[in-house]
Formats: sequence, C-alpha cells, structure tokens
Amino acid sequence: MGIVIFDGVAYGMLLFLIAVGLSITMGLMNFVNLAHGAFAMAGGYAAAVAMNSYGWGFFPALALSFVAAALVGGLLEVLLYRRLYRSHPLDQVLLSIGLVFVSIASFTYFFGPSMQPFTLPALLTGQVALAGMEVGRYRLFLIVCGVLVLGALLLLLNKTRFGAMVRASVDNQRVARGTGIPVQRLFFATFVLGCGLAGLGGALSLGMLGLEPTFPLKYLVLFLIVVCVGGAGTVIGPFVAALVVGVVDMAGKYYLPEAGAFLIYVFMVVTLLLRPHGLIPRKGL
Amino acid sequence: MFPISLSARRLPWAETAFWLLLASGFFLLPEHLTLLSQILIMGLFAVSLDMALGYAGILTVGHAAFFGVGAYAAGLWAKHAWAEPFSGLLLALLVCATLGYLLSYLVVRGADLTRLMITIGVCMLLGELANRLVSITGGTDGLQGITMAPVLGLFEFDLYGRTGFVYTFVMVLLVFCVARRILRSPFGLALRGIHDSSKRMQAIGSPVAARLRMAYCFSAAIAGLAGALMAQSTQFVGIESLGINRSAEILIILVLGGAGRLYGGLLGAIVYMVVHDWFADMNPEYWMFWIGCFLIAVVMLGGGGLMGMLARIFKVEKAR
Repeated sequence: MGIVIFDGVAYGMLLFLIAVGLSITMGLMNFVNLAHGAFAMAGGYAAAVAMNSYGWGFFPALALSFVAAALVGGLLEVLLYRRLYRSHPLDQVLLSIGLVFVSIASFTYFFGPSMQPFTLPALLTGQVALAGMEVGRYRLFLIVCGVLVLGALLLLLNKTRFGAMVRASVDNQRVARGTGIPVQRLFFATFVLGCGLAGLGGALSLGMLGLEPTFPLKYLVLFLIVVCVGGAGTVIGPFVAALVVGVVDMAGKYYLPEAGAFLIYVFMVVTLLLRPHGLIPRKGL
Repeated sequence: MFPISLSARRLPWAETAFWLLLASGFFLLPEHLTLLSQILIMGLFAVSLDMALGYAGILTVGHAAFFGVGAYAAGLWAKHAWAEPFSGLLLALLVCATLGYLLSYLVVRGADLTRLMITIGVCMLLGELANRLVSITGGTDGLQGITMAPVLGLFEFDLYGRTGFVYTFVMVLLVFCVARRILRSPFGLALRGIHDSSKRMQAIGSPVAARLRMAYCFSAAIAGLAGALMAQSTQFVGIESLGINRSAEILIILVLGGAGRLYGGLLGAIVYMVVHDWFADMNPEYWMFWIGCFLIAVVMLGGGGLMGMLARIFKVEKAR
C-alpha cells in the first residue's frame, strides 16, 4: 500500500513538472495548447542526445533539457503562438495539434521510432530505506525535484514583483494591462519558463515513462487532465491534481490491471461533473 | 481577380450538379466504388461535426466516440440480432442520439477547456472500453463476421461495392437533406447567433443551453449514422473507429473543407480521402508531417478552407 502511494506520488511529481507550465499558459492567456508535451519531448531528447552521444553527465543534461525546451518554446511563441492569443479556441487547438504532428514526424525522422536508451547515474540507482519501506532512489529524487520546483514557483509567484504581476494578469487581464503591466512580455516569460519546466520533466521521464516520438500524443490527455482537474491558472491546483492522478493511475495499475487507463478517465469525468472549474479554481472566475 | 457572380436562384442547381457528379462516380469509376462510399461516409461524419463545431461552436475533439458507438451498435445488431440494414441504421441513430443528449448536459455547461476535456475524455473512455471488452467487440482485432442481409431483400452487398455505394449514397443524401433543413431553419439561425455571440442571444431571449444541447444531440445522431453506414458497407468495425486519431482526422477534414459551411465537410472529405489514397504507400510519419504543416498553415493564413476559397471566387447575389 505504502509503496503504491510512493510510486504514485513520484509519478504525480513528474506530471506536475510537465503540466504546471500548461496551467499557467491556459490560465493567463486562455490558450488551449495541446502541444505542451512536444516541449517536454524536445527537452528530453536534448538530454538523451547529450548523454548518449556527447557523454554529458546526468545533471548537466538536466540543465540542458531546461534550456533547450525554453529556447524552442520561446522561438515558437514569437513565430506562431503570439498571433493566436485572441483567436477562437478552435484555431489554437488546430495549431497545437499541427505542432504535435510535425514534432512526432520530425523526431521519428531524426531519432528513429524506438525508445531512447537511458542508464541511470550510479548515484540514483538502487533502493533506499525510508520509513520502513524500500523505495527507489530515482523516484525519491523525482519527489525531491517536484517539491523543490513547487517551492521555487510558490516563492516566485507569491514573493516577487514578477509573481505579483503574473497573479494580477491571471485574475483580470484588462485591468492589469490598464495599470501598465506589460502582459504580453509577462506571458512570453511565463511561457518560456513553463516550456523549460516541461523540458526538465521530459528529461526526468527518461527514467520513468521512457521517451519515444509519440510521447506528446500518448501523455497529452494526462497533462490536460492534470490542468483541467486542478484548475487552470494556479500552481497548487495542478500540484494537487497531479498527485491525485498519479496515485489513482498507479493504484489502478497495481490493483486493477485489467481496467487499464479506464480508471483515470472515469476519475476525470466525475471530477469535472462535480467541480467544472477544477479542484482549486482560480480567483476572479 | 473579380469574383464571378452567381444568382441565389442558381445555387440549388449547383447543389444538384454536385450530387449528380458524385452519383456519376458509379458509372465513371467502377473500380473505386469502395473508396467513393468511404468518402461519402466521412463527408457525412464531417457534416455532423460541423453541426456541433462549425455552427453551434461547441469545441469537441472527441466526435469519433459517436461514430464508433454507431458503428459498433450497427455491427453488433447485424451480427447477433437482425442483419437487415435499415434496422441497424435506426438503432445506431437512436443509441447515439440518446448518448449525445445525455452527454450534452455535461458538455454544454462548461467553458471551452472543460468541453474539450469532456469530449476527449469520453472518447478515450469508450475506446478503452471497446479495447477491454474483447468478448463483445473483438478488441484490437475489430468486430468481424458481420454479414449484411440484402437491402430491401433485393440487392445483395457485392464484392465490388456496387450495392454498398448506392445504399450509402442514398442514405447520405437523405440525411444530408435533413441536416440542411435543420441548419437552415430558425433553429439553425439561432445556432449561428450563439456561435457569434451567446451573450446577445441570451439577451434577446434565446434558450442558449437548450439549443446547444439539441445541436449536440442531432450532431451525435448523425455521426452515429455515419458510423453505422461504415460498419455496414465494410462489414467490419475496427477499434480505431473510436479513437482520438479518428477524431483528429475528421477535424482536419472539416477544417480543410471549411467549418461552418454546409458543403465544407463533404468537399473536405473528397479532397482528403483522394489525397490520402494517392499517398497511401507513403510512410505514415511523413503523412503526419505534411498534415501537421497543413494545419499550421491553415491557422496562420486563415481563409476558411476550400469553401472559403470558393466563396471568394463565386459571389452569391442576394435574391430580391
């Protein structure tokens, strides 16, 4: 029982890392971005290539994954996303589905359709005793990463001027613009940050989910569930939702393997039935 | 370029010509009748999606749920109960209309993101269900062993797809006429109004939520009918007819043809299926790449698909 919850929490942390950027972009600009997983994949591949072909260590590769995904995200924001903030959600859905398709095809072309090979660094292999359980070191590392990122994001959003501006823009964009907050630039910054975090999550998922070109499509629904169930526009919402989704999914895999992914969809539909705006809806809604 | 003007009275002639051209495929392309039937079915499916997405503006990316449910309903009915085709169509229609109406309560009340999630979620849920219930649906192998009885007891489904084509053509034309009637009625106008500004429609006293629910229900019913036609004409139901990929495909077809236009879905289906057929031996990854590029280009350049292009070439004069 304990180990299931532990694994579920580790899985949830991974989902949180990838999805938190999506939550902010959806909350701040109401942009329905289905291509968020593609940025995670870009970061993950950057890390995998750096480690496998250039012999980088695991931790520098993690840093690289953040930078690479942030760069790709920034580039696409300027080229494509920026023009569609005021468009109908259908256009945004189409653009992001198009991006997902193009990314899957290009990554298959350049890196082949198979899963990226990955060996854990010696520091993170094996088990460690914790509260009477033998838990995987890598999963513990994931949880530590998730908590660190959550803490950093909460500090950034609640204690800095930048965070105050972001919160103001999420609550009421027009008034925020009226008081002189550069919403457009702010959005660019949060988008890039969110993509970077997704890239980090993509690199970390090398050791847990595995990375292949269909990654953005395969886990798309999970990321969306995390954002939607948690409530777009917050940090705590996706965190709680990611943990719940991770534990529910993991428990389903352990105890009800024949139900497959069924459980998680039922969970989502029921949650949205009871709370259409998510578990923790943002203020000003 | 000057738009060619077309008087409104001539439009019905253009429509008749379009359908006659499709029908002439029976004589002109006898080797490709199966493809033609599939084009017609996908066209009808796209029209059903258009009703929900293009006219009513309900953001749905899971419409294959209804297509698949209709296909499985008709397939199972023919396999286990009665192989007569029309009864299967009726059953699929009723099942999907009920399902659509029940789901509409969930879909309509949320915001765009919630609608998107509910529709994707239901589609994935049903797909997972079909995948798990192997004893009923055949799982990943698909539902096999369907044998349809002759249409009206006279015309047997043959290997060349002749009966299949005529049957599909007549049914698609019939349903399309009904859909056309619905969309051109005051109800259809109300949907357009809601699409443009739901707040103002509310203000002038239009029951917005009820209208959207009805539109979603009609749309689901037609999608189910398209699925049933697919099951009957191919005598097979694949698991992919329920999946998210089919949903994305039909969205692409609709966007290619032009959303929010009556003939957008049909035109899109013709072009998409023919091009797909030409490049059938192309590596699926490259196909995906070009489709992705196409989607990005459509969004960035705008223009409303093929129908948007036609609308710029031909200008319809208002009847006086």
